[in-house]
Amino acid sequence: MGLEEKLPDGILLASVEGLVNWTRKSSLWPVTFGLACCAIEMMTFGAPRFDSARFGMEVFRPSPRQADLMIVAGRVSQKMAPVVRQIYDQMAEPRWVIAMGVCASSGGMFNNYAIVQGVDHIIPVDMYLPGCPPRPEMLIDAILKLHHKISNEPLGPKRAAKLAGQKVELVPSSQKFAKVRHGASEEAGND
Amino acid sequence: MADTPPPGRSPDQPADAASLPTGAGVPAVIENSVPAVQGTPAPIDVSARRLNEDEFDQPNPTLAGFAAGFGLTFSTMFKKVYTQQYPFEVFPTAPRYHGRHVLNRHPDGLEKCVGCELCAWACPADAIYVEGGDNTEEARFSPGERYGKVYQINYLRCIFCGLCIEACPTRSLTMSNEYELALDNRQDLIYTKEQLMAPLLPGMEAPPHPMRLGDEKAYYTPRPQKGAPQREANVAGKPITGHAIEVGGHHA
Repeated sequence: MGLEEKLPDGILLASVEGLVNWTRKSSLWPVTFGLACCAIEMMTFGAPRFDSARFGMEVFRPSPRQADLMIVAGRVSQKMAPVVRQIYDQMAEPRWVIAMGVCASSGGMFNNYAIVQGVDHIIPVDMYLPGCPPRPEMLIDAILKLHHKISNEPLGPKRAAKLAGQKVELVPSSQKFAKVRHGASEEAGND
Repeated sequence: MADTPPPGRSPDQPADAASLPTGAGVPAVIENSVPAVQGTPAPIDVSARRLNEDEFDQPNPTLAGFAAGFGLTFSTMFKKVYTQQYPFEVFPTAPRYHGRHVLNRHPDGLEKCVGCELCAWACPADAIYVEGGDNTEEARFSPGERYGKVYQINYLRCIFCGLCIEACPTRSLTMSNEYELALDNRQDLIYTKEQLMAPLLPGMEAPPHPMRLGDEKAYYTPRPQKGAPQREANVAGKPITGHAIEVGGHHA
């Protein structure tokens, strides 16, 4: 993925892996890539109520070279597909992709000739986020799950070979992090 | 707005005091700053002319002006923080929020789903797949003739519109308030019947077993009371865990 893959044998990278992964996950800069209604929720995620700056990703980069994360927010039309691919190719490695919303993930309800049936047909996706559109909490949850995935990333091919087959669990963020739970839903509505 | 110069002034000429209207909206500082340039045509009556946008935006370089501007910024220091600390503090959704689905059970544990596929027909995104099976006296899963043998919802197609809930004749299918569903592969986001079934509460027995509450009529006659709280939807509000991802699955 990066320099570490070119390293010769005999260089110890024991806790460098943890440090590198920590720095990578702590400043994931997203590229501006809102395509449809999901982008509205993505903007809310960056705005004060949800404040993406809490996760080290306050600024949506308009320049792919300075971005690590592509949040494909919205349906990808066949005409847009080459653009998505080109922007992905322009991003520097390591880079990650979240398919936000059902349209980006699988085509959603638009099962027709105009829409790419899942953005993973053109770029590799690291996290699929259902919802139409997903609420900003769902996006935060997906990003924190991606953080978890990044922090378990093996550094270099030798380490990857050693860890092959191991699995890490994705825990819903509210279970993993919640310290305070504000009052449960009011008495549910009527039929 | 700024590209149309006021009459009596060429575009490259600086705005002078004579061509500016005096009075409300114009800072007093400008009034006597620049004398009228010699040779300019006699100023026409500008009182009826609307101000240009750049004339409105003249700064107000007085102490009061600075105090007003920075004061507003400063005052936010004493306001309550608006940010919701989501993963650390969890706020409830609206009570009838459309989260992931639940397949409910009768009080004795039998499934409410009768495998009619109306949910699948109602689904605008074709996210639901149902295969019905026949109940027999030896293996009874639901009170009716048939039960949902295979039940799958593809959460990468589902748009959480709730039309399936409206279509369900037995209130078998309802929605919970759970929403943290993101995963790293498409296969695991197709939820199967085991994942969607409501958990067995005390007093419930896992099917197959015979009807414990009387005949079929006893199961189906008590309709959900109008005005009764819709609690069953939240029975399985417990998030599904146990999804494991491969280490080093990052492809790029």
